[in-house]
Amino acid sequence: MTPILEVQRVRKAFGGLVANKDVSLRVPAGGIFGLIGPNGSGKTTLFNSIVGHHPIDAGSIRFQGREISRLRVPEIARLGLLRTFQQTRIYGGMTCLQNMVISVSPAELGWRSMFRRSPPGDLRKAEDLLEFVGLHAKRHLRAGDLSFGQQKLLEFAMALMSGPRMLLLDEPTAGINPTLINGLLERLRRVNRQFGITLLVIEHNMRVIMDLAEYIYCLAHGELLAEGKPEQIQKDPRVLDAYLGAR
Amino acid sequence: MRGAAGRRLLLGGIVALALLAPVLVPAYRNQLSLLWVMIVFALTWDLLGGQMGYNSFGNVLFFGVGMYACALVQRDAGLGYQAGLFLGIGAGALAAVAAAALLGSGMLGLRGHYFAIGTLGLGIAAGELAGGWDFVGAGGGMVPPLFPGELGGRETFFYYLCFALAATTFPFLRWLYAGRFGLLLNAIRDDEDKAEAMGLRTTRYKTAAWCISAFFLGLSGGVVGNLLGFIDPREVAFAGSTFGVWMVLMAILGGKGTLWGPVLGAVVFHVTKELFWTYLLGWQRVALGLLIVVIVVFFPVGILGWVRERWPERAPGGGR
Repeated sequence: MTPILEVQRVRKAFGGLVANKDVSLRVPAGGIFGLIGPNGSGKTTLFNSIVGHHPIDAGSIRFQGREISRLRVPEIARLGLLRTFQQTRIYGGMTCLQNMVISVSPAELGWRSMFRRSPPGDLRKAEDLLEFVGLHAKRHLRAGDLSFGQQKLLEFAMALMSGPRMLLLDEPTAGINPTLINGLLERLRRVNRQFGITLLVIEHNMRVIMDLAEYIYCLAHGELLAEGKPEQIQKDPRVLDAYLGAR
Repeated sequence: MRGAAGRRLLLGGIVALALLAPVLVPAYRNQLSLLWVMIVFALTWDLLGGQMGYNSFGNVLFFGVGMYACALVQRDAGLGYQAGLFLGIGAGALAAVAAAALLGSGMLGLRGHYFAIGTLGLGIAAGELAGGWDFVGAGGGMVPPLFPGELGGRETFFYYLCFALAATTFPFLRWLYAGRFGLLLNAIRDDEDKAEAMGLRTTRYKTAAWCISAFFLGLSGGVVGNLLGFIDPREVAFAGSTFGVWMVLMAILGGKGTLWGPVLGAVVFHVTKELFWTYLLGWQRVALGLLIVVIVVFFPVGILGWVRERWPERAPGGGR
């Protein structure tokens, strides 16, 4: 099967600091893949490179067979590749419902339709998705007044609202009440299964990522250290070294 | 619902008073004309500064462009007074929109303080250019043609023109904010990076917003040039230190990012300012300066914002 996302030998340096060095990975359409690594190993930098936040120094990034490493953030987003942020980003001054209806696919916000009101279908979809992440009761509250975990869920729902093909999730469970994590994992799986959205997930919680991902890439010091199924990664001595320090 | 009916009654009352004002208080026609223009200033500034989070100090540029374009059409088109005036006002609006579209692509790439400072330069540069350009009268300015009607008819005519301007701007913006465009502007205000990450064409929306703002400012420029009867490049058309700053203050005073806030702010500011000019002559600018400090220190969220913080459940204002 051809991969939906193919990263080949990507290099990104900030001055003298090489944040990503020859990183390659492939994510097949419909998969749930994980990206792990100690703090500072270059996971978020790689995400930023993929979504066009900064230009890469070398290498190639292909999404659905198309080279996207020269495109900018909004252009890549419009192709259906969206990311959520580690430090959650929502529109704080607007209500949850407003956050949702303005997150429709940008294709629906052309010259003519941008001056109209949101169609009833959008409102229904927004309410359904808020229900899906468990925020329906809060739909008329200012998004900025929600707790961090709730904002995280809202951001996730906003991403779904725009109907992406693939989501890059940067630590989706960080800051979420531990009792709610299992529910969130269930939702991620349903999103993947029902809507066919491919997921690439950065995660620090090992229990979560081993449970969720079918295949895991591990970065350390900006380089790809190991890859494989969760069981293999868990046993890989190089991964253990990277996390716990070399013996 | 108490709110909807009450609000409609209030709005009807305002409109009725506004229409009768030239008969009720004929001596204040020019003052009230300027009040309507001030309301347009505050509303159009708030479109960017309040709703979109882009604090522009250069909006007076569009006002001046509209004023000059209108005067040029009146001078050179060889039409009768009415035809020249209305064609000129229309041309002023178009010229202002063109200026906004042209400048927008460059200026709106700047964010935060950089945008504010960049726009500050626009008004100043435009004033200097107009002041040195013989075709538009250079430093001597321009004088629009005289109103042909009988004595006193002029004031009433321009009063209704200014009222029509405000009475068009307000409902148009209310309609605009109620649709998705309003949400797009708010999204840019709250987190522009997020909006881009969601694939929104932020540059397009920002430029459109500035063009809309410029359209109404261009219209008011044409009207005000004729109302005052004299166009000075730095003191009237590109008057950054008066009109340009007042736009910002009125919106902030009333409550930026709200529909009624700029209207309220414009009324309070204009009335206070006129009182200063009448009763504190000689010290009026000092008093105005102090008022500005008081506004910023005590009403950082504006009158409407302050009311909402105190009585959140009675949030007035209809719009967001």
